[in-house]
Amino acid sequence: MQETTPFLMPRSKTETLYYRHRLPVRLMHWINVLCLTILFMSGLSIFNAHPSLYWGDSSYSGRPAILQITSVDTDSAPKGIVRIGVYQINTTGVLGVSNGQGGTPIRHAFPSWMTIPGYYSLAYARQWHFFFAWLFVFNGLAFLLFSVWSGHLVRDLAPSKVELKGIGESIKDHLRFRHPHGEAAKHYNVLQKLAYLLVIFVLLPLIALMGMAMSPMLDSAITGWVDWFGGRQSARTIHFIIAWMLVAFVLIHVFEVIVSGLWNHLRSMITGYYDTGSEPASGARHEST
Amino acid sequence: MKAHESGRRVFLHRVLQALTLLGAGGCDRLSQDERFQTLLSSGEALSRITQKALLPRKAMAQEFGESDLSQTFRSNGTSNPENPAYQALAAKGFQEWRLAVGGMVKNPLQLSLAQLRIMPQRTQITRHDCVEGWSAIGKWTGVPLAHVLNAAHVHPDARFVVFHCADPMDGPGSAQYYESIDFDDAFHPQTILAYELNGHDLPIANGAPLRLRVERQLGYKHAKYLSRIELVDDLRGIQGGKGGYWEDGHGYQWYAGI
Repeated sequence: MQETTPFLMPRSKTETLYYRHRLPVRLMHWINVLCLTILFMSGLSIFNAHPSLYWGDSSYSGRPAILQITSVDTDSAPKGIVRIGVYQINTTGVLGVSNGQGGTPIRHAFPSWMTIPGYYSLAYARQWHFFFAWLFVFNGLAFLLFSVWSGHLVRDLAPSKVELKGIGESIKDHLRFRHPHGEAAKHYNVLQKLAYLLVIFVLLPLIALMGMAMSPMLDSAITGWVDWFGGRQSARTIHFIIAWMLVAFVLIHVFEVIVSGLWNHLRSMITGYYDTGSEPASGARHEST
Repeated sequence: MKAHESGRRVFLHRVLQALTLLGAGGCDRLSQDERFQTLLSSGEALSRITQKALLPRKAMAQEFGESDLSQTFRSNGTSNPENPAYQALAAKGFQEWRLAVGGMVKNPLQLSLAQLRIMPQRTQITRHDCVEGWSAIGKWTGVPLAHVLNAAHVHPDARFVVFHCADPMDGPGSAQYYESIDFDDAFHPQTILAYELNGHDLPIANGAPLRLRVERQLGYKHAKYLSRIELVDDLRGIQGGKGGYWEDGHGYQWYAGI
C-alpha cells in the first residue's frame, strides 16, 4: 500500500489530472445538494398539510383540484389514492396511505420516509424549509456573482454557436452513452451546458419566486403580481411541479455522472481534479468488478 | 488491493454512514434539539426582517371582485366554541356581547355590536391564505381596527395588539385562543374587525360575532370569536409568552407573513 498516495488519486494517473472545478464552485455545489434535498423533503411535509393542487387564486373556486393525494375507507383497510384530473390511481403503501411502525396504515399524502421531519409537523417542516430556503438563496446569489466575476459563466457554461449547431450530434452521443474523453472531457458538452443553464437561470429562480408568491406579505409588494402566474394556488402548483422537475434533473445528472465515470466525477467535484486520461467506459466497467 | 480502491471504500463507507445518520431520524433528533431549533427558526426571523425592510408599511393586499368569491368560506380550527358563556351570548344573538378594549390605553372601551356597526366601515374582498396551503376568497365588512384603537387612545409605549378569543382550544375550560399583531399591521387600512361575511352576519363557523382580518398575514393570525383587545408593550406576560396559541405550544412562528 502506498502511504503517500493522495486521497482518491492514483499516482500513475497524476500526469493526466486536470483541475476542473475551483473550490468555490465545489463548495457551492455541495451546499446546493444539501439545500435542495432538505427543501424537497420538508416541502413534501408542508404539502401533506393540504395535499391538493389547484389553478387560480383560491382552492374553493368550484373547480376541482388538478391533483389530489388522499385516502378512502374500504371494508378491509384504508386505500391511498392519487387523483389527477378525472383519473384515479391506487397508490396504497406509498401515497395517501403508507405503512407506519408495526404495519399500521398512516394516512399521509407523502410517506414519512420522504419527509422532514419524519413525523407530521407543519410548523417544524416550515422552519426547516425557510431556513434552508435562505441558505439556498444566499448560495445561489454567491454562485451567480462568482460565475460572472470569475468568467465561469462565459467560459464554461455559455454554449458557442458552433456547439449549438452540434446539438443533434450531442443528443445522439448521449443516447448511445458515448461520452467525451481526453481533451474534450475538460469542457461541458452542449446538452450539459443547456441543462445547467435551464436549471440555474430558469427553474431555480422560478421555484424561489413561486415560493415567495405564497407569502401573503410578499404578495402585497406589487399588488396583484401573483396573478401574472395565475394566482396564489397556481403559484403553489408551479412550485410543486418545478420541485419534481428538479428531481428529474438530479436523476438524469446522477445517471450521467455514473455512466461517464462515477469516481472521476465525484473526485473532481470534491478535490477539483478530473482525470482526462481515464477511459470513462472502461473506468465504469472497472468499478463494477 | 490498490491504494485508491481502499481509499474509495473508506470514502464510500463514510458517505453511507453520514447519509444513514441523516436519514434514520437524524433530522428528527435535530428538530428536537433546542439550539438547532433556534438556528432553524432564524430563517423565519430573517424573513420578517427582510419583508419589513423591503415592503412599504401600507402595501395593500390584493382585492378581488364578487365573481371571485369562494362558494363557501371554509371554516378551519374552531367551528363552534365549547364555551358555555359564548353559547349563552350566541343564543341571544350576541345582543349582550361586548368587545372590551383595554391594557395600555387611556380610554378603555366596552363596545356592543350596534356601536361597532355605526363606526366607519370598510368592505373588502380578499384572499385568505391558510398556513396549510389553501386559499379562499371572501367579502368582509367591518370597522378598521385603527379607528377603534384611536378611540381608545393607545399609550405611546404600547407595541402590540393582543386579541383574546372565546374558543377553548383543547376542550371545555382549556386555554382560549389568542393572537397578536404589531402596529404596522394594526394600523394598516385593510386590518378590520369584521362582523359580516359575504353580506351577511358573520356565521359562528367563521368567528361570530367579530373576527380580525389582517390581510397580509396567514390565517392563524385572523383571530375569531373576539372578546377582548389588549394593548401591551411586551408579549412575554401573556399565556405562553410567544404571542399566540399556535406559537406557544406548537412551534409556529409569530411572524405569519410567509
